[in-house]
Amino acid sequence: MENTNTAPSIDTNFKHVLHKAETRGHANHGWLESYHTFSFANYQNRERMNFGVLRVLNDDRVNQGMGFGKHPHDNMEIISIPLEGDLEHQDSMGNTTVIREGDVQAMSAGTGIFHSEYNKNQDQLVKFLQIWIYPNKKNVTPRYDQVTLDLNDRHNKLQQVLSPNPEDEGVWIHQDAWFHMGKFDAGVATQYQIKKPGNGVYIFVLKGDFTVQNINLNQRDGLGIWDTDSLSLTANSEGAEVLLMEVPMQL
Amino acid sequence: MKKVNILYIGRHLEILQTVIRLINKQDNWQAQGVLKDEEAKAIFAAYNFDIVLLGCGILEEEETALRSFFEKQQPHCRIVQHYGGGSGLLTSEILLALE
Repeated sequence: MENTNTAPSIDTNFKHVLHKAETRGHANHGWLESYHTFSFANYQNRERMNFGVLRVLNDDRVNQGMGFGKHPHDNMEIISIPLEGDLEHQDSMGNTTVIREGDVQAMSAGTGIFHSEYNKNQDQLVKFLQIWIYPNKKNVTPRYDQVTLDLNDRHNKLQQVLSPNPEDEGVWIHQDAWFHMGKFDAGVATQYQIKKPGNGVYIFVLKGDFTVQNINLNQRDGLGIWDTDSLSLTANSEGAEVLLMEVPMQL
Repeated sequence: MKKVNILYIGRHLEILQTVIRLINKQDNWQAQGVLKDEEAKAIFAAYNFDIVLLGCGILEEEETALRSFFEKQQPHCRIVQHYGGGSGLLTSEILLALE
């Protein structure tokens, strides 16, 4: 990764798909409000099924003290990224944890797990991203991984939060995927180099505005880019935050 | 209206029960679920199915044998890998199979 204050060169041969925030699916269950980038549960859109192996990107808000009761999963890499508040997690592997901003949680559901997720607080919403990645191997032994990252390490740079490698920074999953998060001052530009040739990158704006390649993005917009080796992004507002998800384009 | 008949095969009993319950909540879908391949073959030989959902825990060689059996018995039947073990992707997988 390289930070510059000058405009980086842009590969203009890339392919892309733009998902504006307001075009996402929306479900309001009272205790849960969720925006779905891709088809999920009752939101079905044939044009919004996945970006490569990225199958679910849910932007969830759960009311005070409420949550998802015990429910199963299998054969999926499930990543939770809290944005505000505290999320309590319990699972059939014996884990009871609370994750909050700066933490990243990953579960390999493999041959099957049960878990629950609740807003730990009685006086504050919990906001978090729930991300599902198709695994590169079916029926793995279920596993749980969680890290706490230093938020200072993503100021004006991209901080790796997930990879396929247990030795690398962040959590790891059974897929050739890399996630990075960054928080930028207005005007700061960064380049991202694709880790594995053929992978694409899905950029999700958490806060503020960015220009990625030559495409302007606003809060909660999503942009998938592929057929390129690198991409450039420039923050257009102060404290702009972004999540980059590099994933294989084929299962 | 004819219901869509779905057979689910998976090795995890509680997930199997969850998937069957979710499918049977839909007016136009009905599902049967089994844990073992021999049970799956016996049911498949006795009833017509529109979709087979392959759940968790099925080894690669078992899946190959099941697919071969199902394709010979009922070539029209769609065989789909079910991911996620619950409600999130189930509807999408079934709707796509019906297209």
